[in-house]
Amino acid sequence: MKKTFAIGIGGAAGQGVATPGDIFAKIFSRRGLHLNAYNAYQSIIRGGHTFLTIRTGPEKVTNMGDRVDLLIPLNQDAMDRHLKLLTDGAACVYNSDTIKPGVGAKGVQPCALPVSKLADITRNKVAQNTLAVGAGLSMMGIGFQALEEVLTEQFRKKGEAVVAENIAIARAGYDYATANFKPFAWPLPMTGTRYAVLSGNTAMAMGGAAAGVKFYCAYPMSPSTGVLHWMAAHARKANIMVRQVEDEIGVVNMAIGAAHAGVRSMCATSGGGFALMTEGLGLSAMMETPVVVIDCQRAGPSTGVPTKTEQGDLWQMLGAAFGDYPRAIAAPLDIGDCFKIIPEVFNIADRFQCPGIVLCDLLLSEGRLSVDPKQLDFAPVIDRGELITSARSAPNGDGAYKRYKITESGISPRAVPGVPGHTHTAASDEHDEDGVLISDEFTNPTKRRAMMEKRMRKVAGIEAAVPPPVLWGPRDADVTLIGWGSTMGVIEEACEILTEQGILASQLQIRWLVPLHGNAILDILKGSRHTIIVENNYSGQFARYLRSETSFVPDGYIRKYDGEPFMPHHIVEAVKEQLSGKTKLSVPAHEILV
Amino acid sequence: MATALASANHVALADLKGKVDPDWCPGCGDFGVLAAVQKALVELQIPNYNVVTISGIGCSSNFPGFIGTYGMHTLHGRALAVATGVKLANHDLTVLVTGGDGDGFGIGGNHFVHSMRRNVDLLYIVMDNQIYGLTTGQTSPTSRVGMKTKSMPFGNIEAPANPISLALAAGATFVARGFSAEQKHLTELIKQGIQHKGFSFLDVFSPCVTYNHDNTYQWFRPRVKKLEDDAAYDPANWMAAMGKSLLWDEEIPIGKFFERTDVPTLHEAEPVLNAGPLAYADTQMPVEVTRAFVEELM
Repeated sequence: MKKTFAIGIGGAAGQGVATPGDIFAKIFSRRGLHLNAYNAYQSIIRGGHTFLTIRTGPEKVTNMGDRVDLLIPLNQDAMDRHLKLLTDGAACVYNSDTIKPGVGAKGVQPCALPVSKLADITRNKVAQNTLAVGAGLSMMGIGFQALEEVLTEQFRKKGEAVVAENIAIARAGYDYATANFKPFAWPLPMTGTRYAVLSGNTAMAMGGAAAGVKFYCAYPMSPSTGVLHWMAAHARKANIMVRQVEDEIGVVNMAIGAAHAGVRSMCATSGGGFALMTEGLGLSAMMETPVVVIDCQRAGPSTGVPTKTEQGDLWQMLGAAFGDYPRAIAAPLDIGDCFKIIPEVFNIADRFQCPGIVLCDLLLSEGRLSVDPKQLDFAPVIDRGELITSARSAPNGDGAYKRYKITESGISPRAVPGVPGHTHTAASDEHDEDGVLISDEFTNPTKRRAMMEKRMRKVAGIEAAVPPPVLWGPRDADVTLIGWGSTMGVIEEACEILTEQGILASQLQIRWLVPLHGNAILDILKGSRHTIIVENNYSGQFARYLRSETSFVPDGYIRKYDGEPFMPHHIVEAVKEQLSGKTKLSVPAHEILV
Repeated sequence: MATALASANHVALADLKGKVDPDWCPGCGDFGVLAAVQKALVELQIPNYNVVTISGIGCSSNFPGFIGTYGMHTLHGRALAVATGVKLANHDLTVLVTGGDGDGFGIGGNHFVHSMRRNVDLLYIVMDNQIYGLTTGQTSPTSRVGMKTKSMPFGNIEAPANPISLALAAGATFVARGFSAEQKHLTELIKQGIQHKGFSFLDVFSPCVTYNHDNTYQWFRPRVKKLEDDAAYDPANWMAAMGKSLLWDEEIPIGKFFERTDVPTLHEAEPVLNAGPLAYADTQMPVEVTRAFVEELM
């Protein structure tokens, strides 16, 4: 088993849960420790209950894990919700002036901080947070210097006095813990590397910048807004035009306009906004103007649960826009992949002149992960396809240019406005090879069929350009878990736990949803002993899709639709229950009430 | 071939002929608008490849197919959103947006208002016939109260929108109205609208001879009065423009209601575009810039 250590910080929104989280994350990543952070919160600015889990360790940490080693409740509510879930070896650091401890399990260390004795709480409203950070780091065996450095950075802008005050409070917590609390059995190690810590939204925005995006627009919608925030803050340095638009209908059409004029153009939204964009996706497909749309899934339907995760938009993506048209849909597997996938999807969209959809979710969009900075490659392969940007690059500037020329590949060279000798109309109505509408005056079945077949021939090209999925783990495993997108990390860990417990487990994780490579999937799964599809939705959307494309029916299903992500033990227990023949459908209960 | 007829550096009417002839009903007001736009582009000598004509959906939105510029025939109501993207990606292009009253004031109303307050540098020509034509005659946002159509057979009970007042209120920096039967006057307004830096709104009475039997050429002719004929009228005076925009029935003003030139256009206001159009920009960022992006996360 990989060695990890998890901290849980809970409190009301506005109590400052994020800042201690950021401080821990900085300290861990600079010590060369990997980390994964997930914040469970609600759609509220002040109040409610927020619970941030930061899990760290020397090896890659792919999910929030099953246990909390250090609990920092910032109010009574957080104490009451989480203390009972702590197990042997864990500790709870709390403000004993305002919070009653409750009874923890055997082996759980209660660590009472007399906050008003250690700091002047009339001067510093968040003194309890800083004291707890100091105390926690002492118990983890991390020297005070690391904290001093981060606090200095954090408060530098507020002046020396504020820096000194915060360091003094942290020091008091640190020293009090050294004198009074038992350190954790496993002092956190240190490695020589340094990691970048980023959210999936930041990763997708940076991936867009790396892909050469020059136009980004959006309407704010959780959990996609982080992409807009990174883009807006970095627009001038990255030379990207960033616009906030009146609605998502405007967003997708503006993005298509910019793409049509020749730039790489991207937008992001969540399910509700995506619903408004779907007619625009059809426009992109019909005019053969590439655009990349990110959908960050949240729990639906309708306004749903804006701050909770789900994989419930798959069929919306599959059914987006009416009519048949070529497109690509890809689901990033983790936060690092959020970066990498954007240039890949752009290359497909540009080469095949069609829309590309990135199907992300709140878990990745708002979660945070440590990533080796070398993985953030700002010089990826860029393939803009058959694009005519000047008369010189034009194959025929003599007026014979046909924008929608019928070709074997279905791809027609695309001239952008401003190039002499290539004027044409790009039309959302069905059109002839030269862009003349065939829909109004004399609809022509022969021409219509030829244009449909031309566009749809691109589907084969897209399929050839995208690699088929591969099986991770042994072919003769006792159980093969099939997932898609963001569940990669948690399924991977569940497989490790199962294998350690004597149940040999393998994993098939799907990244490209369209094209699916159904035959390759069938080849992999026909050798499997027991197959279970794991997904974060009610109806088994991927299972239904796989069945519709391949007729494949798995042995069982594990589904979760309570708004929270899977934890490894949810999957492990469900697999055991299914292998013992108890059920074919497991819906694990989320024990943490957040 | 159109290009063979024109000399290398001279923009001729032949360059602006579309690949097919318009399929509008004989007598449709839109013919006059097309002719005026073509004349204006020739008079301004703007090469056809530097012009993008963008429309939504409807009879008048078939316009891009009938003119020899770059064209985009987009979704119903979305032309202004698409056009904003085109202009921001390449502000060297002359962007014309064409469409009807249903397309622009009905389904596209949201983009209409926001494009004006943004002062996107383009000319938006609405061929306003106060009816839905392509769907065979339903009430439009500019249909008069009492007008009988297939969708309101007992007469329209909703007040019509006033596009000129709306444009003035939303912050359009050039607001004008033309009449498709007044060719010279209309061509002049189109030229001014193209030359104006910022959002130019031009509402054109373009009678529907098939479905609108109320607002005909005969109905408009005695009513329209050119603002240019009134020497005292000052188009820099927004309040005066608002006052004129409310006139209807007996006297309907056409001409330039309002223009101001002191508002930066959207592309001028955005420093990212200072180095030139993004369509020509280098996609690769300098290493020191990308290194700083990563360093922020560490």
